[in-house]
Amino acid sequence: MKMSFRLRAAVVSAALLVALLAIWQIATSGVGQTQAMDPEYAKLMGLTATQGKSAMPGPLDVAKILWGHLADPFYIKGPNDQGIGIQLGYSIGRVALGFGLAVIVAVPLGFLIGLSPLFRQALDPFIQVMRPVSPLAWMPLALYTIKDSAISSIFVIFICSVWPMLTNTAFAVANVRKEWLNVARTLEVGTFRKIFRVILPAAAPTILTGMRISISIAWLVIVAAEMLVGGTGIGYFVWNEWNNLSIANVINAILFIGVIGMLLDQLLGFLTRLVTFTE
Amino acid sequence: MSQHFISVEALKRQFPGNDTAVFDDLWFSMDKGEFVCVIGHSGCGKTTVLNIMAGLDHASAGGIIFDGTAIEGPSLDRAVVFQGHALMPWMSVLDNVMFAVQSRWPKWSKAKAAEQARKYIAMVNLTGAEDKKPSQLSGGMKQRVGIARALSIEPKTLLMDEPFSALDALTRGTLQDEVLRIRATTSLTVFMITHDVDEAILLADRIVLMTNGPGARIAEILVNTLPKTRTRETLHQLADYYPMRNHLLDFLVRRSKNFIPPPGWDARKPPHVRAAGVNAAAE
Repeated sequence: MKMSFRLRAAVVSAALLVALLAIWQIATSGVGQTQAMDPEYAKLMGLTATQGKSAMPGPLDVAKILWGHLADPFYIKGPNDQGIGIQLGYSIGRVALGFGLAVIVAVPLGFLIGLSPLFRQALDPFIQVMRPVSPLAWMPLALYTIKDSAISSIFVIFICSVWPMLTNTAFAVANVRKEWLNVARTLEVGTFRKIFRVILPAAAPTILTGMRISISIAWLVIVAAEMLVGGTGIGYFVWNEWNNLSIANVINAILFIGVIGMLLDQLLGFLTRLVTFTE
Repeated sequence: MSQHFISVEALKRQFPGNDTAVFDDLWFSMDKGEFVCVIGHSGCGKTTVLNIMAGLDHASAGGIIFDGTAIEGPSLDRAVVFQGHALMPWMSVLDNVMFAVQSRWPKWSKAKAAEQARKYIAMVNLTGAEDKKPSQLSGGMKQRVGIARALSIEPKTLLMDEPFSALDALTRGTLQDEVLRIRATTSLTVFMITHDVDEAILLADRIVLMTNGPGARIAEILVNTLPKTRTRETLHQLADYYPMRNHLLDFLVRRSKNFIPPPGWDARKPPHVRAAGVNAAAE
């Protein structure tokens, strides 16, 4: 029997997953050394000291907590105890806002840079210096000037999303095939019609690729930003659970962050395919 | 002053950083309804002449008078068929042609523009392919769309820059037939660049012979003495065909390289020559 390539890949994936879970299970179920101690004292010590159980949760512990999250993702039991769905919602909302603002700024500015050699030359030093700055370095400045931690993290998302979109848009606009522009010129097409009917569709695949890079970076940065500013969001959740010493919840959060990041990337990938043309 | 429809006067183009001009002191003219081909080796600047005529490039000296006014930039009166078809790959065939139609007549309704576009798509025998994307078409079909787009704006002249050079010989032949057929019905003025000798003999009323660049000039203008009713199938049976062909090949192979102006040659009035009967080398 011959299996299709996809099926074979899926089988290998599944086998790898099982192997990983098994190793994880074995590694965390080992019993370490324990010593006899006074029962009063033992109560104060964790399971690691009394029963030799690893503080690292096994896959079953994590799955149990995962099930809890999935069963009730949107509960609110006070400011420090909210469902993981709510926390992810905060993070996604901040990313959407910061990213959306970056689109509004970066795409028109990218067009300006792409269309005008003067602006390209003039803005280039600013872009070159600003682009390599870690977005988190802006955080204190944002906190000081904006004086609002939630808006500050949106600003950080904005600043990290802007650069890939800006450079990709400028590059795509500046490199639209000369012959298409010549067609527009010989047809005496006006500036706005040329931008919307010729340059934008020609540049769209590269612009969307820039957006795809931006949203991936934004999703990386929001976790760190929320760890810094606290309050709400998946980054705050991770840090909070670390302070609770709930490694199982931290692992859960990592899983959720990964899945949402993948979905965001696929959404942008889907949009890119919509505007891609074959020559 | 000039009574010709198009007149090229003292045209010169020199690119920055180059000591010699690509071409210098070019003079020739075209009348309404004429089909003129330019033939010459690559590098003689024939595409640059066409681009200046299209308004996409500018002359370093001299200029071109078109229908009474000097060419300053692109115009919808001068439609261009580009060498590489230059269709917008994100638009369907119909949208590509409609884009041109709506540029010419911005106030037309969508339906009217589509009707005009369909008329010219039909003229190049592409009815049925309106909704296809250029990537779904063969090279010959793409260039048909390019021609339909150029004709759909009902220009006064058609400028064609080696429109069929990227096509295989069979496709090229059928497209040449199309051009002959379309021209018979529209009596357009056509300026075309080619390096295909047979193509020039089939299509052109006059053939402008350019010497090699840099510093290219117009050596002479060959008058096509074949009957207007010529077709591709019977072309080689016509009496003047081989003398013309040999004249052109002789120019391209030998004389274009080291052209020395003969006595009495005047750049302002390149001599009109006829190959008929002169050293007829036919069998």
